[in-house]
Amino acid sequence: MEELVHPLERYLRSEKLPHMWCPGCGIGTVVQAFLRAVDELKIEQDKIVVVSGIGCTGRIPQYVKFDGAHVLHGRAIPVALGVKLARPDLKVVVFGGDGDLASIGGNHLIHAARRNADLTVIMVNNFIYGLTGGQVAPTTPKEVVTYTSPYSPDSKPVDAVKLVSAAGASFVARWSTAYPVLLKESIKKAFNHRGFSFIEVISQCPELFGRINGFKSTYDLYQKIKRIGIIRRGISPYEAKYDWNTEISLGEFVNFDAPSYYDQLKEIIERARGEGK
Amino acid sequence: MNLQSQTAAQKRSFEVLVINDRCKECGLCIELCPPKVLDRLDNYNNFGYRPTYIKDEAGCIGCKICEYACPEFAIFVRKVDKK
Amino acid sequence: MSDGKLVFTHGNGAIVEGAISAGCRFYAGYPITPSSEIAEEMSNRLPKVGGIYVQGEDELASINMIVGASMAGAKAMTATSGPGFSLMQEGLGLAIATETPVVIVDMMRAGPSTGIASKAWQGDIMQARFGSHSDYEIISIYPWSVQEAFDLTVESFNLAERYMTPVVLLGDAILARMRERLHIKAPDEMNIILRKKPGESSENYLPYKRDQFLVPAIASFGEGFFVLKDSLTHNEKGYYYEKPEVQEKYVKGINEKIEKNARDIEKWDAVLTEDAEVVIVAAGTMARVAYSMIMEARKKNRKWGLFRPITIWPFPEDQLKNATKNARYIIVIEMSTGKLVYPVKWSINENARVRLVSWLNYEAPSPEELERLCEKEMNG
Repeated sequence: MEELVHPLERYLRSEKLPHMWCPGCGIGTVVQAFLRAVDELKIEQDKIVVVSGIGCTGRIPQYVKFDGAHVLHGRAIPVALGVKLARPDLKVVVFGGDGDLASIGGNHLIHAARRNADLTVIMVNNFIYGLTGGQVAPTTPKEVVTYTSPYSPDSKPVDAVKLVSAAGASFVARWSTAYPVLLKESIKKAFNHRGFSFIEVISQCPELFGRINGFKSTYDLYQKIKRIGIIRRGISPYEAKYDWNTEISLGEFVNFDAPSYYDQLKEIIERARGEGK
Repeated sequence: MNLQSQTAAQKRSFEVLVINDRCKECGLCIELCPPKVLDRLDNYNNFGYRPTYIKDEAGCIGCKICEYACPEFAIFVRKVDKK
Repeated sequence: MSDGKLVFTHGNGAIVEGAISAGCRFYAGYPITPSSEIAEEMSNRLPKVGGIYVQGEDELASINMIVGASMAGAKAMTATSGPGFSLMQEGLGLAIATETPVVIVDMMRAGPSTGIASKAWQGDIMQARFGSHSDYEIISIYPWSVQEAFDLTVESFNLAERYMTPVVLLGDAILARMRERLHIKAPDEMNIILRKKPGESSENYLPYKRDQFLVPAIASFGEGFFVLKDSLTHNEKGYYYEKPEVQEKYVKGINEKIEKNARDIEKWDAVLTEDAEVVIVAAGTMARVAYSMIMEARKKNRKWGLFRPITIWPFPEDQLKNATKNARYIIVIEMSTGKLVYPVKWSINENARVRLVSWLNYEAPSPEELERLCEKEMNG
């Protein structure tokens, strides 16, 4: 029996597989799209740093063979920015769930977008706090229940695409695990984008979100995500929909070129040194 | 190998490889496969899941939807070298 | 500036000079009285030496940014005061867990909570040791003069790099703003330590394997080691395993690293303690007053001495025991309800000798006032 080697095996910490994500969880699909993007762009494996917070998505650095940091809940972005500013030659990618990045980490997300920080932030949105067992998140739609919102959430969900765009982000996109090839292409674009890039990925959480809301299988929840994820072209983030009943708009919403945070700091250093000691 | 499967093996353009111990039986590859050539094995892997296998080798069209959808890095598709 | 010069500056300025002399090239901070001058001077000076200053959106961003920068190999620092230091505790824990060297300056001010921003206090001594959750050891240093602020900032960076740990540099609002002469040492007058580099990269690289001093040689990012730095409990490879033996080895490693090297780390000053009947124990600004007090006492032929812990943590226990072996009274003087008194009591067997003078006024006392209070403690 020949030894089966997955085409992306070199990017995996194989001794740690199978990973800890539930059967059917979309995070693995996101990781695959990310690794394919790295592979197709031929980015040197030792020039990438992955930084994550706490949560199911936060476990990503444990399974991929890059320099990595699995840090505190909501704080992946500042750690990643520190890494990037100390080693601007490295490509730094942040992975986080919707709870990690849009709730406790929301402030850092806003300011990273504002600064046009040199990071690619990939937010896996499964509408729930997975690792702690299925509690409500700021992204949870009003129409569903969770373990801490049995009567349905007390407030409207936040659309991270709008939030990040309003903070001034220069690259904003949203895809889902139903479109892994489009996701991969978007990640490639984000890697080559100057400054801050944000990609939200709608993903299925079959064991918690799916089960408590009556989805009978992974495929059942996957079909719902596929159905409401409508790809739009040429619309602004504020026209994008985030509605569990009708549509969660997918696509690329913001893409403009502007000096990155590091560009600006470099310019400050040049100016300071030019002015004499 | 009998004559029937020999012919089937010659007909196939793609091979589908499954790393059995990685499969968690989520069923996405089986459901999403357009020509529906994948199914679940009856026996369990070392983690208690019944992995996917290709039940109709010649029917695989090489679209790789199974490979791209799999969250486990458990299944991948290769073009067969037809000598 | 940093080439062997004599200047007149305040405590905050001395810390900036010390940091830059030590090779600090990354600062992320948030303004908070009485440490804001450190941020201001850093924002001015760092770009001039090719360094980076970031004003974080909050203290949480600041502490996590300096940890990130250090993970990628930079010498990084932040400065704050009590309320900000409280916010930074989780980030400090991250530095402890991943064994990442950083320097955190806490310019103590009157508290609790918002307190009085511009007034000194010595209330964070225990927080420096136990502020973050669970089991760890820390190095914390408290200078008493502007010159010491410079020297000990350099030393803080050295200790951080040497032991792959965060170092808490304590100060207070008086030290922050008082002005004294400062000799900015030239590079050849100082010993600068860099973290140990691992050898060749390989599949067998164990980032958290400890050397004979219990310190691991952890690769920085971008050096080809594919190192994983995890805030979860991890083994020598840096991998998380939910196993009792992994937890035990991990906790022991982090604690013993400092504990077993305490003798090399600790710093103290014992003034006229050999024959002292009364040994005063004080740190930082209060020690300045205590020093004047015991010198005056000696002029009146009273056998008073001063023991000043310079590293508050690890606390120089054996040195204190030694300095107080002949003393009848050990009087701890602090500008708080009493924090330093605890490690003193832990070090001394007969607690009956240990007294506390708790000075709850943010204006430092005069030596005479202090002497009266010490007398009261001994006679009352």
